[in-house]
Amino acid sequence: MTKEYKTITEISGPLIFVEKTEPVGYNELVEIRTHGELKRGQVLDTSDEIVVIQVFEGTGGLSKETSVSFTGDVIKMPLSPAIVGRVLSGSGRPRDGGPEIVPEVLRDIAGAAINPSSREKPRAFIQTGISTIDGTNTLVRGQKLPIFSGAGLPHNDVALQIARQAKALGEAESFAVIFCAMGITNEEAQHFLADFERTGALERAVVFLNLADDPAVERILTPRLGLTTAEYLAFDLDMHVLIIYTDMTNYCESLRQMGAAREEVPGRRGYPGYMYTDLAIQYERAGIIRGKKGSITQFPILTMPGDDITHPIPDLSGYITEGQIIVSRELHRKGIYPPIDIRPSLSRLMNSGIGKGHTREDHRAVSDQLYAYYAEGNDLRGLAAIVGKEALSERDKLVLEFADKFERRFVNQGRDEDRSIFETLQIGWDLLADLPEAMLTRVDDKFIKQYHPKYAGTAKK
Amino acid sequence: MEVGKVKRVAGPVVMATGLKSSMYDLVLVGEEGLMSEVIGISGNKHVIQVYEDTGGVRPGEPVKETGAPLVAQLGPGVLTSIYDGIQRPLTKLAEMSGDFISRGLFVDGIDHKKKWEFKPIVKKGDVVKPGQTIGEVQEQLLVKHKIMVPPKSKGGTVKEVYSGNFTVDETVLVLDDGTKLTMMQKWPVRQARPVVQKLAPTIPLRTGQRVVDGFFSLAKGGTAAIPGGFGTGKTVMQQTLSKWADVDIVIYVGCGERGNEMADLLHEFPELVDPRTGRPLMERSIVYANTSNMPVAAREASIYTGMTTAEYYRDMGYDCMMTADSTSRWAEAMRELGSRLEEMPGEEGYPAYLGARLADFYERAGRAEVMAGGQGSVSIVGAVSPPGGDFTEPVTQNTLRMVKVFWALDSKLTQRRHFPSINWLDSYSLYDQTLEPWFVENVSPDWNKNKRRAMAILQENAELEEIVMLVGSDALPEDQQITLEVARMIINFWLAQSAFHPVDTFCPYKKQFDLLAAILKYRDYAFEGLQKGMSVDQVKSVPSKDALAKVRLEAEYEPILAKVMAQMDAEFKALK
Ligand SMILES: Nc1ncnc2c1ncn2[C@@H]1O[C@H](COP(=O)(O)OP(=O)(O)OP(=O)(O)O)[C@@H](O)[C@H]1O
Ligand SMILES: [Mg+2]
Repeated sequence: MTKEYKTITEISGPLIFVEKTEPVGYNELVEIRTHGELKRGQVLDTSDEIVVIQVFEGTGGLSKETSVSFTGDVIKMPLSPAIVGRVLSGSGRPRDGGPEIVPEVLRDIAGAAINPSSREKPRAFIQTGISTIDGTNTLVRGQKLPIFSGAGLPHNDVALQIARQAKALGEAESFAVIFCAMGITNEEAQHFLADFERTGALERAVVFLNLADDPAVERILTPRLGLTTAEYLAFDLDMHVLIIYTDMTNYCESLRQMGAAREEVPGRRGYPGYMYTDLAIQYERAGIIRGKKGSITQFPILTMPGDDITHPIPDLSGYITEGQIIVSRELHRKGIYPPIDIRPSLSRLMNSGIGKGHTREDHRAVSDQLYAYYAEGNDLRGLAAIVGKEALSERDKLVLEFADKFERRFVNQGRDEDRSIFETLQIGWDLLADLPEAMLTRVDDKFIKQYHPKYAGTAKK
Repeated sequence: MEVGKVKRVAGPVVMATGLKSSMYDLVLVGEEGLMSEVIGISGNKHVIQVYEDTGGVRPGEPVKETGAPLVAQLGPGVLTSIYDGIQRPLTKLAEMSGDFISRGLFVDGIDHKKKWEFKPIVKKGDVVKPGQTIGEVQEQLLVKHKIMVPPKSKGGTVKEVYSGNFTVDETVLVLDDGTKLTMMQKWPVRQARPVVQKLAPTIPLRTGQRVVDGFFSLAKGGTAAIPGGFGTGKTVMQQTLSKWADVDIVIYVGCGERGNEMADLLHEFPELVDPRTGRPLMERSIVYANTSNMPVAAREASIYTGMTTAEYYRDMGYDCMMTADSTSRWAEAMRELGSRLEEMPGEEGYPAYLGARLADFYERAGRAEVMAGGQGSVSIVGAVSPPGGDFTEPVTQNTLRMVKVFWALDSKLTQRRHFPSINWLDSYSLYDQTLEPWFVENVSPDWNKNKRRAMAILQENAELEEIVMLVGSDALPEDQQITLEVARMIINFWLAQSAFHPVDTFCPYKKQFDLLAAILKYRDYAFEGLQKGMSVDQVKSVPSKDALAKVRLEAEYEPILAKVMAQMDAEFKALK
């Protein structure tokens, strides 16, 4: 029987301070009972004199008379195959009126690090059906590829389209989806749930919902619960898991709030100095383990405060994830969907997932060439605005037109348009074919001879 | 040895009482005996950083002393190893605890059961000095491992020496004072290993990267920093250097970076072959993989452990290169641990000793006359990850005070997919002058002249581009239009180099020189042509110019280049 203490000395924001306790373990799960309600917390600092606890459900209603008991164990997530199809709260309790999960296993939500030498190199191409991803920022299984967006942009639609369309080439199996909402509005959450329901995805999904009006501290748990579930599905049950979490910005705000409550020395712009490590611990729980069938692919969504990519949240994320997909306000204003700006976007694992045996041998070259002229065309827009289009050289005019066509034909596509990688490459070639052949300096001649529309007919016997 | 008690646990930092340990001594914390290091002593309290996760550790649990600092185990078997930050072989950890790393595991840095054939090179009665080689072990097919008298031992007269197969624990030599030497040394990682004297860096470290070798070259024993925002190419550059640099031993320290990147490297290195030897790259490599989600204290230690192994192979007379990806994560580990100590923070929350620690680290690089006789070197290439890509932050600034080569990554180039995204105007190498004679002697008398010409063209190009942004390029005088075109060729055909192209990933010196010379040759033709009254469009549209773009992608480029240049000559002659 665990002992109960009524020795709270201080309540400060999300923290409580308790004294005269038995020796309490760092990170231990704490149960707090008040007015018949059970709240949970975690030990952040422990010493002979005082124990500091963060309370996930908020400290509202707590007083110095509240009783606190220590469970002697770290926080663990109950897991069983029955978790698939469930909707849970941000702290893992049923939110769909269903029963508690009867655990087959209990897993520490802190999650141990995957031994780097046990990792399998991710290289299975995932077709999302979106040209700006498949063609120029290819996703591979086991990757963590966030969407950097801004308030009011259609990042949720992009994420949903990916969740609907994502598949490995030549394989029928689909992803189990884990969806973690952190501080998003009820309306946004409903948008996701309705889409999952419409496509039948809910049956192979696990949903964790912490909404805008739920306690902010709870958000610190949500991705950990989602990822612990993901590891269970992937590495115990051999599933390919796609985990979407939104919005990481809210998660980071909770971290900042906790740091401030503990009066820590803040890092850049008030965020804790350990935010890099904290985010890494979440993001690094993606990947593939050698000898195991399953995989974890992550799609975190974050809105950049003030559309500023140098803000610590996107900045630290970008330093950890394997690339980023940038949703652009400018393209959105032009009415282009998905408004993905390929220039600052990047998929670092693209190389291992494309080319011969994965997509097609000319993929890299086509992508590089499209990038080069789209970027140059964009620069020329600035110039054309100053000196007028007429003052541009012939070559520059072609490049400028290329950039416009690229946005209209390659970037732009329907919300339900599921392009195959070959269709994507074809659009790319069609655009390149409008340029003189000598300008295709990044494409090997043998690919030009084989895939350039001008020769394609002759090449295909 | 004393046994103390845990008083307080806050994240990776533990306070304990009842200890006599000195600063930087290893201690074992808690019932599980978690590997830890003393990082502060105040009053009767010891402040301890724990190399493993501290979840569940309680006040009152024991803290055991070991009486020794964190040491690296040095001996045959270090090569090809994949370690965490405190030199625990990751493959061994996987055998013990499965695919996820669990806590409280002890593993030796090298295998103590394996037998190696020891061939002595000293005999009974010889006098041996500290650091002197006493024998050799064939560690890898092409790497001889020298067994040396530990630098801090006194040396003496050889009383017995054995040859044959031994483990690293078995005695291979006995000195007259009874000292027994084995094939293993232990060295405290935070201490530099001694050398006879440091030497000037006069030999370039060939990387096969045109922008590096051609413009901003690194010397053997030199130091380089490669700062850049996320995704600008630090890791790719370090991996590319690790593959192609003409050094004997590569120490790759993945310090607080991605697991999948390490998987990629561990997947590639055993398969790729060293162009100099034809043997798998792994045979000359030591990898430290302390990824961002592994404990921060071990991340902090990884730089020192890596450096110690690098110095050890240098002491055998090898040229070693250590890459650290990323030194910013190392600095952040210091910051994180420092803040838990409640130290007075310096700039941006970093500890006040940040600059001193960086200096100590880079000072351990160098070419040197080693105690075993002969020369060896440790070169360092450190990645820096400045927040927001802003180079004015403390880690970049403190690093630039120390290093001699600065490869400034530029996210504008990255967005254009110009790789390596090293900015050719901001970067520099302070070895420039010292290395020039080597290039003149070994590659071409024109090496430096051509380099300066190319750099001048790029400088002029930068100035012209500002004008172009205002008036368009057609408004420029003809010769300046050609300069723009030549600069574009230098940038796109020469500075750009894909790390992933099977041929272009590595470019030998001769090819670097020939390609640049060809572009400069085009410039001469073009200016001559203008003087003869040709139009800008005419000289810009010679087909041979575009053909030049692809020569770099050819392995046997010489006949192709010769053909292109002959064609160029003919085309200009035909223009009137
Ligand atoms: N030399 C190169 N050739 C071709 N592609 C490159 C080259 N350098 C970088 N890239 C491209 O840029 C991407 C990002 O590079 P890299 O991972 O090295 O960035 P980084 O600076 O290490 O970023 P971070 O700080 O986030 O780790 C690579 O995945 C690759 O697509
Ligand atoms: Mg990197």
